[in-house]
Amino acid sequence: MKKELTIFDSPKNVKRLRMGFYVALVLLLIAESFVDMHGEFSVEHFYGFYAVYGFISYVFLIFAAKVLRKIIMRKEDYYDH
Amino acid sequence: MTTNMFPPALVFILGALLIPFLRGKAKAIYMLALPVVVFLILLKLPVGNTWVVDFWGYELILGRMDKLSLIFAYIFTIMAFLGILFALHVKDNLQHVSALFYVGSTLGVVMAGDFLSLYLFWEIMAVSSTFLIIASRTKESREAGFRYILVHLIGGLFLLAGIVLYVQKTGTIAFDYIGLTGIESYLIFIGIALNAAAIPLHAWLPDAYPNGTPTSTVFLSAFTTKSAVYLLIRTFPGADILIVIGGLMVSLPIFYAVLENDIRRVLSYSLMNQVGFMLVGIGIGSELALNGAVAHAFCHIIYKALLFMAAGSVLQMTGKIKCTELGGLYKTMPLTCIFCMVGAASISAFPFFSGFVSKSMIISASAHEKIFLIWLVLQFASTGVVDHAGIKVPFFTFFGHDSGIRAKEPPLNMLAAMGIAAFLCVGLGVYYQPLYNLLPFPVHYTPYTGAHVVGQLQLLLFGALAFTLLILSGYYVMEVRSKNLDADWTYRLFGQFAYKILDRGLNSLNRVSESVLMKFVKSVAVSFQNTAANFALFVAVNFWLLIGYRDKRLEIKKRRLYNDILQGTLPIGIGAAVAISFILLIFIIT
Repeated sequence: MKKELTIFDSPKNVKRLRMGFYVALVLLLIAESFVDMHGEFSVEHFYGFYAVYGFISYVFLIFAAKVLRKIIMRKEDYYDH
Repeated sequence: MTTNMFPPALVFILGALLIPFLRGKAKAIYMLALPVVVFLILLKLPVGNTWVVDFWGYELILGRMDKLSLIFAYIFTIMAFLGILFALHVKDNLQHVSALFYVGSTLGVVMAGDFLSLYLFWEIMAVSSTFLIIASRTKESREAGFRYILVHLIGGLFLLAGIVLYVQKTGTIAFDYIGLTGIESYLIFIGIALNAAAIPLHAWLPDAYPNGTPTSTVFLSAFTTKSAVYLLIRTFPGADILIVIGGLMVSLPIFYAVLENDIRRVLSYSLMNQVGFMLVGIGIGSELALNGAVAHAFCHIIYKALLFMAAGSVLQMTGKIKCTELGGLYKTMPLTCIFCMVGAASISAFPFFSGFVSKSMIISASAHEKIFLIWLVLQFASTGVVDHAGIKVPFFTFFGHDSGIRAKEPPLNMLAAMGIAAFLCVGLGVYYQPLYNLLPFPVHYTPYTGAHVVGQLQLLLFGALAFTLLILSGYYVMEVRSKNLDADWTYRLFGQFAYKILDRGLNSLNRVSESVLMKFVKSVAVSFQNTAANFALFVAVNFWLLIGYRDKRLEIKKRRLYNDILQGTLPIGIGAAVAISFILLIFIIT
């Protein structure tokens, strides 16, 4: 049997990864001040528009899906009779 | 104009007929050589119409070549190579033959310059893809395949009706731009849109595709929908209704993708979402938008196939495909995991991956045309892609909770196919100029500007932040085993309903007629079926004996053939055979 990878088993590594991710987010927000966000729409000129829109979209998606699940979810064998 | 070369469609279709006679290495080399040969033919093919065949006063055009059909022919041939390589270890010849028929007929559709040959290839495509679905030989796949072929035959009838009216009106079977003008154009539009899984004619896709074998679904993901996209670009560019349909397709399926438990069904909904981007591009109809739709189809075929390959590898090695049953596979399948993540990054349109250079064209086109609402929807959908394809698929399969499964990496040919696809995903993202040169219109577009990169990264990573926070706080959608209702509910339920009505209403009649009529009909039917089966067995067994099958192998073959006939899968095959021999005949006569 080949050796297994276990790098994500240790909570320390996962935490490091998460910290790196947060740092990247902050850097991205800072980066915006260095580029010209030339947009066709006025909303694009708000600082951090994409960050906010991405976050809100995602949260909306998940919570709307939860509501949808109440309507459309059936047992796995729904069509078998 | 004719050349001494063979039409690519026929190279695949006729080439497939030889496969059952080959074994081992020779078979593998032969199958891989077919797409290479086709690619060489495509490289040499002149622009314009080649292989024009006179057919009862009508001109069949088997080789229409312009920039639009050429780029689609290229990507379908590349995809054929990847798909064949991925399925190389499969012993079941039925899968290989139907896959090559499927590939060939798709190329026939893409290169057809007239409606008659288009329709012929269109139907072969529907039939051969059905075989890829039922190739799993399970009850579910057989039923899903049955619904699939019914839906596609109905779609084919719409197309045929439209074609007949169109030919009557214009007096020619040649076609190019049609536009939504009269009843015939709407009928053609419906026929094509159904194959593009356009909402509300989409339910066949998430119903059927997850039921294929680990390797056949890879083929399915590439050809049907994208050949329909090709046809829509040619015949209905700028049709406003496509913006609406595309808008629904990018947004609605992502909610389903969030909820679905079966990974290949998640990917099927995600496939619809991606085709939605293309339809929006076609609906906008500007040069940038159409270029975007073509480029996106090109990139999408590769990364979607890569994702289905990764899912197929997992299914083959673990026997499981549900989020609730998987997790922690990175430990023993690191390569598959990396390939899957390359596919995930590409579909999410991360900078330096292929999706970024194509999807951004469509979104930019919507901004140039100042369609604010659709622009917002596309951006929202982009975040949705990050959730289901970018994070959910790799996370719940390879990370997440440890399922305790310690599966090995898939065979070398599967890894190689995924490796090449992953290489192409990154390659197209970094070195995109060759792709842009192939697009139908001249490109004045730079994907890598500071604003694009920063904007896109913010959108994606802050979406990912939302995921991180939701899953840490326990608010993320739980994965549960379930069946989620979709539009196929209508015809599935109607089917059951109609059955019950007929069952009850006809019961009294039944009692009377059963004694005489039913017994008679039944015995006739059975004897017909048996005759057919026995005849086929007689021919087949002699043939198998001739090529050296003995004992157990012969026994298995016999049983399989007998079952296939009795379960009614064969008549479809005979139909396809008739269709094929028909083209062959035309080709030989002229």
